[in-house]
Parts: sequence; structure tokens; C-alpha cells
Amino acid sequence: MPTHDDHHPQHRPLALVNARLIDPATGLDAFGGLLISGGVIADLGMHITEGAVEGAEFLDCGGRTVAPGLIDMMVFAGEPGHEHRETLATASRAAAAGGVTTILCMPNTDPVIDDVALVDFILRRARDTALVHVHPMAAMTRDLKGEEMAEIGLLREAGAIAFTNGKTSVDNARLMRNVLSYANDFGALVVHHLEDATLAQDGVMNEGEIATRLGLRGIPTAAETIVLERDLRLVELTGARYHAGQISCRASLDVIRVAKERGLPVTCGVSINHLTLNENDIGSYRTFFKMKPPLRAEADRRAMVDGVANGDIDVIVSAHDPRGAEGKRRPFAEANDGAVGLETLLGASLRLYHNGEVSLHRLLEALSANPAKLLGLGGGRLARGAPADLVLIDLEMPWTVEPEQLRSKSKNTPFDGARLEGRALVTFVAGRPVYHYG
Amino acid sequence: MLDLSEEAAKLGRQIDKKRDDLRGRTMINLFFEASTRTQSSFELAGKRLGADVMNMAIPTSSIKKGETLIDTAVTLNAMRPDLLVVRHHAAGAVELLSQKVDCSVINAGDGSHEHPTQALLDALTIRRHKNKIQGLIVAICGDILHSRVARSNIILLNTLGARVRVIAPSTLLGAGIERLGVEVYTDMREGLADADIVMMLRLQRERMVSSLIPSQREYFHFFGLDYDKLACAKPDALIMHPGPMNRGVEIDSNVADDTRSVIREQVEMGVAVRIAVLQALARNLPNR
Repeated sequence: MPTHDDHHPQHRPLALVNARLIDPATGLDAFGGLLISGGVIADLGMHITEGAVEGAEFLDCGGRTVAPGLIDMMVFAGEPGHEHRETLATASRAAAAGGVTTILCMPNTDPVIDDVALVDFILRRARDTALVHVHPMAAMTRDLKGEEMAEIGLLREAGAIAFTNGKTSVDNARLMRNVLSYANDFGALVVHHLEDATLAQDGVMNEGEIATRLGLRGIPTAAETIVLERDLRLVELTGARYHAGQISCRASLDVIRVAKERGLPVTCGVSINHLTLNENDIGSYRTFFKMKPPLRAEADRRAMVDGVANGDIDVIVSAHDPRGAEGKRRPFAEANDGAVGLETLLGASLRLYHNGEVSLHRLLEALSANPAKLLGLGGGRLARGAPADLVLIDLEMPWTVEPEQLRSKSKNTPFDGARLEGRALVTFVAGRPVYHYG
Repeated sequence: MLDLSEEAAKLGRQIDKKRDDLRGRTMINLFFEASTRTQSSFELAGKRLGADVMNMAIPTSSIKKGETLIDTAVTLNAMRPDLLVVRHHAAGAVELLSQKVDCSVINAGDGSHEHPTQALLDALTIRRHKNKIQGLIVAICGDILHSRVARSNIILLNTLGARVRVIAPSTLLGAGIERLGVEVYTDMREGLADADIVMMLRLQRERMVSSLIPSQREYFHFFGLDYDKLACAKPDALIMHPGPMNRGVEIDSNVADDTRSVIREQVEMGVAVRIAVLQALARNLPNR
């Protein structure tokens, strides 16, 4: 966590004035100002204006939006083991430039984050090198193999924020049940990937007409929904909290909706890719569109958008997964999965707002307030005493995604050349500006 | 293209089979996957047109040593070939390779995606016997799911106005196949009814390992082409197979050698079509 300020005398308070304040946690959407002092939000409201606060610096927001910094629940950072793809430092720079102030890094590293020492390593590396808050998620099974439970209690104590099996589902139902029960004793959230390995075997894209035309093996949506339905039975059995990391199809959404109606402690996420892209984007074997779960049909994408709009989907993630040319410049079936997304998360999400499909409030809720609530983090809200993890957003600014401009070490963005509307202008982490546009 | 192939077929039956369309040109056969007839017919086609032909068989093992397809392509490109004929086990690989080289690239089969020259030679063979393609009922039978031959034939024969049917157990059909403009059958006799052309596909034995079908004998019982099932097709139906055949698995040995079988002619037309493809390309090769 950034503590560079510790070495400096106390900064002068900073007042963000002439701003549209949007707090998705409370529904606040009002004109006013916000005072940052000592790394937290000291005050906010109409009365924070230029000259009203003595001894403070001012930033005139020109009527633009101030919102809680985004909290991204799924980032594959690559450190340790894959530093050529991305480090915590480069991922955090990408995050800052995208208005993301907190990232959860996945345990798919080498070695896997399944040991207290690794959690400690991530936290120290983040403290020393990262611009934004970094919370490690730990493996819920040793080496992510889905065979033995990891030391969930110790990992939790060491600072693991949640538990996951990375990019694979735990196929052993008994083990999954035990992980859910045991993690729940420690108040730890289990974030599960949904893919039945046998049904998805050899599959590289969504099953259907396009896969058949391209001669590629398909993955049916049922591979996702089957695991989800099983997991929900286990949630019912154990009473444990459960978060489906990413869903990608209407059938899964229907299952989630029913579970929520029945009062199960269940939440789910969706990646920005599955909200804005579909299987047609693969075109003629464009490997930057190869991901897990695979991009689905347009009807599924629309269902995902509706799910965010009506709140059935709780969280939007970037699923930031840096991959080098060596992994992507291959025949489709042999190419790596994954796409970078930290810097484009906000701009791509705002497409849904500009299209009139999802309200700004809902979007920001799924990008900050809901993850904060799920994870018990202090951010994700504009409130007195809350951490000053903030983003100043120009909702209208048009920009074009140019891969070579991305701060990520890897440039595998599916939004290459995309024209987006809206971006982060200034990002604050614990009151400190970590990114300025331009 | 079919007309050009007819001319090439005549060339193949002459004593002097040599032309000079490709004299001075270098053609590389780049086969990442083993092939007998496609590779040899491209080689023959190139040689008959006067090209210097080099065959490169690249076993999968050397790819696994780390050199990527792109590296291989760039390396070969530096040798300045005029034509690359590429077969690869991954769908889309030939297109990917073509983006990285500056010579002409011919797809000799990419994974389960396409095998365009096979479709052309099949169409040529059909036209030579039926004098048309428009309106014919063509039944493609067998492992549609994994077959690049099926995909290319579906596209080409539909374009030429045939009525295309596919016949296979559901596990070998592929999702959404009906949206490719074909009629779908899971019963051989129903699917063969009134067919003008019976096009069999090779069954790869590894399909049984992945539980797509229970056994060879069950497959032959329901989907193997024998005289009994063939009787459902038109009496003068042509029997085709892209080869290599598994006699007794997808096709009865006697049926394969029946007078209505044009399997050997398909091989001959394979050379003709590939000559035609090379000739067409030769007209447009840059003279750098």
C-alpha cells in the first residue's frame, strides 16, 4: 500500500471544488466539493468551495465527476514468476491511469500464492512498488490443483483478502463444500471460477455456429452453469458466502437471480469484456478476443448488461490478464487466454452509460461500492472518514485506445483502436494524486 | 477455376505434362501435419508448371521446442519463396501465417477449418460426371465436427447451387451446423434418400477415445456406407471419399471399389485442381 507520504511532513489539505459528487454507496449525486486531509475524506458537500477552507489547496473540477476510485476484483498481475508480462508496479500504473485505486491480484503466479510467505511478499512488493492498493487473493487449494485445501486461516491472517481457485473450478464437490464451510469460519469470501473441465475440454471459444464455421472446439454455456448450480447447492448446505467471479451467459444469470430471491448469500461478477464484446469479435481468429470464460453470443452479452442494470450482477471486473506476443501470436487454439483491461475498464464501462443501457449510479456501484462491501474494504464510498481513494472523471472525453500507449507491460487489449467516451483525469489513492491525465 | 482445372486434367493425360507458368519460381510445401496425397499432388502440380519445389515436413516435436509458427514463417519468408503451400493442425494457422509473409500462401488444410483445394477437386469430379452441380443432392457423411473437407465442401457446393446434406451422429455434427446452409440428418438411410452424391468422410480413431462414438463396429453398423444403405441413394449416385479410407469403418470395401466410386478420379483431379490454382496465382505473382 502506498505509504510514501509517511516520509513527508503532513500535506496541506486538498479541496476538490466545483465537482459533481457521485457516491454509489448512498446514491448521492450532487454538486459540491470534497476535502481531503490526512489521506481520508475530511468533509464533503455544497459548502466546500474555493476559499471556504483555510490553508487548503484547491483543484477546480470544472463540474466534472468525482467518484470513489474503482475496485477491481480480478487482476492477474504476473508477479512473482511472470514479470515479463506484468509486475505489481506496472499493473498499478495501469490501474491508476484507469481510475482504479484498489486491485485484487489473483494467485495464478509462479509460485502460486498458496503460502503465507507469498501473501507477505505481495503485500511488501505492493507497498514498495505499487501506486494503488493491492490485496492478494490466495489459492483456496494448494497450488490451485483442486486437491487439498490451502491454509485458509493462516493466509487470511497474513492478509489474503479472499480465496479463489484461479482460472479453474474445484471439481471435487466434497472439497468445495469443505472449502466453503472452512473459509466461512474465517469470514473469508470464496470467489470461484465456473467451468466444468470435462465439458469444456479442448474448447477454445463459445460453442455454436461461429465455432463450427471456424473449425474451433466450442465450450457450451452449460459448462459454466453446471458448476454454478452445484456450488449454489453447496452454499445452501454450508451457509457460506460465495461469489461467482465471472458469469458470462443468461442461464447463469437466471440461476443467480433465483438464488438471490431465495436469500442465499450469493453474489457474482462479470468482466467488462463480456459486457461489451461477443463471440463475433473473434472474426478470423483474433486471439486478443480469446478469454476464459469465452466471449458468448450477443444474446448472452445483452443479458449481462441487463444483469448489471438491474443489480442482479454485483460486480464488474477488468479480468486484466497480461499476455505477451509469444502467447498471443499463435493459432487461435494454441494461443493464451486473457486480455488486459485495467486502463480501459472505466471507459469501456461508460459505453453502457452513454448507450443508455446502465445508469451511471449502477455502473459505479458495480465498479466500487459493491466490491468494497463484499470485501469489507473502507473505500468505494464518498463519506467523511472514508479513505480518499477517488477518481475525477470526465464522462464525455473522447479518446482512442492505442495499445502502445498502455502502461501495462503487455498490450493484449481487445479494445485496440476502440473509441471510448469518458476517462479518469486524476486518480487519488489515500489522498495522494497517483495519476494525472496528459 | 473448374474450367481451368479441366484444361489441367487434359495436361495430366498428355505425354508431355510440362508447362512453364512457374519457371524460375520457388514453391515451398510447408506441412506441419503429415499428408500423402495433398502434399504429393501439390508437389507434382508445382513441378509440372516448372517451379522449383521444396518440401518441408515440420514435425510437431520441433515446434514444441519453442519456435512459433510465426518464427518459422519469418524464417522461410527470408528465403524469398514465391509460393507457400501450408498445412497445419490448427484452425486459422494458415491465415495467421499469411499475414506474416509477403508471398502467396495456399491453404492445404488448417485444422478443422478448411481445405479449399479438396472442395474444388470434389466439385470438379462431380461436374465431370453429372455435367452440373446446380440442384444436385450431395450427402456428406461422417465426422462433420472435425472435418475441414466438410466445411469447405459445404461452402463451395452451396455456392454452386447444390443441396447439401450432412449425416452423422449428433456427437460428430458440431453445434449450429444447420446454420451453415445444410439439411441435417442423424439417420443414414433418411439422409441418403435420393442423393446424387454420397461423400464419405474419414473417421479418426481417436474420436472413440473422447467418447464421441462407442465403437467402430457400432459406427459402421449405423453410419458405414454399405450396399444396403447405398440403395437409398439414386441408382447412379457417385461415391466419393477424400481419403485415406478406413475400409470397414466408414465404408464397405466393396462399395469403395464399386463402379460408381470415383475415389481414384478424385486423386487425379486433385493434381488438376492444384495446377489450376497455381496457374491462377502465377498470373498475379509480382515480378520483383
